Amino acid sequence: MSFQRPLFRHPNLPKNELGFAKADYEGTLSTLCAGCGHDSISAAIVQACYELNVEPHRVAKLSGIGCSSKTPTYFLGNSHGFNSVHGRMPSVATGASMANRTLKYIGVSGDGDSASIGMGQFVHVIRRNLNMVYIVMNNGCYGLTKGQDSATADVGSKSKAGSINPFQPIDLASMAIELGATFVAQSFSGDKRQLVPLIKAAMDHRGFAFINVISPCVTFNNNVGSTKSYDYVRDHIEATATIDFVPHAEEITAQYDPGTETEITLHDGSLLHLKKLANDWDPMDRISAASAMQKARSKGQILTGLLYINEDAKNLHETIESVPSPLNQLDETDLCPGSAVLDDLMMSLR
Amino acid sequence: METTNVNDPEYYHKVVDCQYACPAHTPVPEYIRLIAAGRYADAYMINWESNVFPGVLGRTCDRPCEPACRRGRVEEEPVAICRLKRVAADHKGDVIDRIPQGPFTPNGKKVALIGGGPASLTVARDLAPLGYEIHVYDEQISGGGMMRSQIPSFRLPESVLNEEVNFILDMGIHTHFKHYVDSLSALLPDYDAVFVGTGAPKGRDLKLPGREEGDANIHIGIEWLASVAFEHTHSIGKKVIVLGGGNTAMDCCRTSRRLGGEEVKVVVRSPFEDMKASPWEKEDAMHEDIPILNNHVPKSFEVKDGKLIGMTFDRVEAQYDENGKRSLISTGEPPVFVEADDVLIAIGQVNTFPWIERDLGLEFDQWGMPVVSKQTYQSTLPKVFFGGDAAFGPENVITAVAHGHGAAISIDLFCQEKEVANRPAPRTNLFHQKMGIHEWSYDSAVASDQRFVVPQADKSVTLKDRKLEVELGFDERTAFQEAQRCLNCDVQTVFTETKCIECDACMDVCPTSCITFTENADEESLRTQLSAPALNTDQDLLVSDTLKTGRVMIKDEDVCLHCGLCAERCPTSAWDMQKFLYNTPKAGISVT
Ligand SMILES: Cc1cc2nc3c(=O)[nH]c(=O)nc-3n(C[C@H](O)[C@H](O)[C@H](O)COP(=O)(O)OP(=O)(O)OC[C@H]3O[C@@H](n4cnc5c(N)ncnc54)[C@H](O)[C@@H]3O)c2cc1C
Ligand SMILES: Cc1ncc(C[n+]2csc(CCOP(=O)(O)OP(=O)(O)O)c2C)c(N)n1
Ligand code: SF4
Ligand code: SF4
Ligand code: SF4
Ligand SMILES: [Mg+2]
Repeated sequence: MSFQRPLFRHPNLPKNELGFAKADYEGTLSTLCAGCGHDSISAAIVQACYELNVEPHRVAKLSGIGCSSKTPTYFLGNSHGFNSVHGRMPSVATGASMANRTLKYIGVSGDGDSASIGMGQFVHVIRRNLNMVYIVMNNGCYGLTKGQDSATADVGSKSKAGSINPFQPIDLASMAIELGATFVAQSFSGDKRQLVPLIKAAMDHRGFAFINVISPCVTFNNNVGSTKSYDYVRDHIEATATIDFVPHAEEITAQYDPGTETEITLHDGSLLHLKKLANDWDPMDRISAASAMQKARSKGQILTGLLYINEDAKNLHETIESVPSPLNQLDETDLCPGSAVLDDLMMSLR
Repeated sequence: METTNVNDPEYYHKVVDCQYACPAHTPVPEYIRLIAAGRYADAYMINWESNVFPGVLGRTCDRPCEPACRRGRVEEEPVAICRLKRVAADHKGDVIDRIPQGPFTPNGKKVALIGGGPASLTVARDLAPLGYEIHVYDEQISGGGMMRSQIPSFRLPESVLNEEVNFILDMGIHTHFKHYVDSLSALLPDYDAVFVGTGAPKGRDLKLPGREEGDANIHIGIEWLASVAFEHTHSIGKKVIVLGGGNTAMDCCRTSRRLGGEEVKVVVRSPFEDMKASPWEKEDAMHEDIPILNNHVPKSFEVKDGKLIGMTFDRVEAQYDENGKRSLISTGEPPVFVEADDVLIAIGQVNTFPWIERDLGLEFDQWGMPVVSKQTYQSTLPKVFFGGDAAFGPENVITAVAHGHGAAISIDLFCQEKEVANRPAPRTNLFHQKMGIHEWSYDSAVASDQRFVVPQADKSVTLKDRKLEVELGFDERTAFQEAQRCLNCDVQTVFTETKCIECDACMDVCPTSCITFTENADEESLRTQLSAPALNTDQDLLVSDTLKTGRVMIKDEDVCLHCGLCAERCPTSAWDMQKFLYNTPKAGISVT
């Protein structure tokens, strides 16, 4: 019986710059259904953190409720984590970030967790541009409660029990662009080649980075007629571009061709190299991103890849000018700067 | 790469590293599981079927399976396969009613086996139940060959050897002991077939200055060991030099320590690391306070007043050319004198066949070895077959057993007037093991324990009695723990491409990064592009047929733990854990 993963790893596993192997970024063995798309996304997060040389103890994982929200247990076992209540991950993330803005925050949510009960929280965390990665593992259903249609289920999509969904879906990625999110991407759990660089870029992005990942629920929503099944998604995805993430430390050698390729420099100097760009699409232009989304939808396609990026917007901490150091490192002199400072403050309010 | 043909029985056989490496292809994981289950007699019988001497081999086998064992690639040390075999033998209880008992219905054919070592005894065991009248000839007083004359009792108690030799002889074998065969041609007319299992009975000598003058105290290692075993020799001088770096040298030095040798030294020409002896035999010798002087080339025997007083040696250094070929270069230092009352020469064995007439049509090659087929063990005289050390030079007991099985098949085919080259195929079976969501019929959890050490009796006792066994064997509890280290490599990961939905679950869960979904390419580039680089080219890649997305699934067999997680995480059972049983062909099984 195997409820535990064996301790042995491949002897030739490469190590990253910190001396960690990929295995050092794993969590405990997943208890999700065999073949659940969410597990692949967990694996992509592990891969991305390994490749980015992230120090595990500098990451906090946050989630709500759902199969998707369970996944933080299954990756980054050496990082901080908080499994909150249904739909409330954004407030917990905001609070944590207020207390310590030096950590990297990865929020994991589901389509139920974000598009239904947590919708209010979702829109406000975008509005505030909190510095975090927000991943929705989107399976078009409430997996954990046995597969009821969620708010992202497409109209006409057939459930496992045979009923047809009569309601319009909420398109989370379009909504995020509309609300001013500064990094919006869409991907598929079965395409790590695209997903891993997207997660890396999102983690390096300074501000709110949203990734909507279509992630089939094999148990309740992988049937014929479902628009979130492995087969359907594979048949209908269309990428904006192929994406390469070049970390800032690496020397850039490749030349790019401005017609069909573009390069985006992230804040820390890392590069996103996009190839085979879709027509009429500019990742730095919100309007073109929104219209590319609309066009794809009208053709019945699922547009994946980077959709929109803005490296110049102020994030929440910059806007409110929060203290750079973690709150638990503030000492008495920081917290009680003395009567002179108080006097100045009083004067400024007169 | 091409899609792997898993219908070739050798594909999955090769995944069971230990069984594949075993010359007799003993189904190792199958018996290890039985030991873990406390079913010692069943475990013993599986061994007995394959290797005929489980009690002997569980103590003395050269264990080619252990360096091959997958566990040694996953962590430091392989499973203690050999010593687990001994556990089965030690705890089996009475198995006599499971051993074939005569009288067997005669088939009218008579076979002579010359030499009573493991090769001949294996032929006897395989053929007697088929009705052959078997006659064994050996110049020794009883059967067992070098297992009796050479392997010392402190490694192999006589009672263990006797039991297993008698299992065979009691099948109604006609024994002709104390009978040296001095003519093959004299025997030929009386038998339908003859098997030669006479071993490599002659020890090499070392002709150096002083050899003849010191002769009274200079002995050929294997002759001396035999004379100790047969109780003709009971003592040796206080100071002993043993020349040679193989296992015979180790047995000579350790036996000397038990017959009165106080300062026993092993002297070898080569560097320590290049010595032929198994690492564990060197350790055991050193544990008994026997120093090993390496890089010393013998120069002369020193004799004073007609009596041996020691030897002189030149000191050398090993140098290797670009092809790795070694030469021993003198360091230029003055020769070293080592005192000795007796010297044992253990520098190798040779085959001699003075009793085989050279005009019978039985060809010998330029080195005086018979011309023998590696597949059929047949000589150029069709009714004469060879096996064991006599066939291709000195090896070990398990190789002799493997030859015996092969020769028995040939002799049976030959006597039934069938084509000897047309061999029966191995019998294989592949059967799935799923019992529930997380349940398999085998213990799929992988134990993290390091190899357990076999306890030994204290040398203050063992050095006083040459018959006292040094190794004590695992107790049942430790045996269970050691057995749990086995990775069950025979429970195969079987992949069915038509069921795969490419969800990546197996690839993500695999603890040792064995699985990759990727575009197909040639083997060389694929090996570097997998989830973990597949640098061990001795191990195969399992390549699937093309999948829906145009990719293929590639599994590197190298460090698969057979943990079953891929199959547990697969939503469609595209992966399944299936037990593969591989039985080598046996005499008497019809050719299909
Ligand atoms: C010191 C020593 C230690 C060893 N230790 C090990 C060990 O630990 N593990 C291991 O696996 N192997 C060991 N070996 C090797 C192993 O003993 C042999 O490889 C194996 O016994 C070969 O088996 P066989 O059947 O070919 O012949 P043998 O065992 O050599 O038997 C041949 C028999 O034929 C008889 N014979 C020969 N010529 C005639 C004739 N003309 N007429 C009648 N009888 C004849 C001989 O008396 C002998 O009994 C050791 C060898 C030596 C020398
Ligand atoms: C406040 C509250 N309301 C309802 C639930 C019941 N509930 C648990 S999970 C879930 C939906 C989860 O769906 P989603 O976020 O899409 O996750 P999935 O399981 O599909 O990954 C619901 C409604 C709850 N746990 N808490
Ligand atoms: S119910 Fe669906 S979403 Fe939940 S673990 Fe199973 S497959 Fe995944
Ligand atoms: S782990 Fe077990 S089955 Fe695998 S090679 Fe070693 S002994 Fe054989
Ligand atoms: S059994 Fe499957 S999961 Fe386990 S090590 Fe082998 S390939 Fe990987
Ligand atoms: Mg969901």
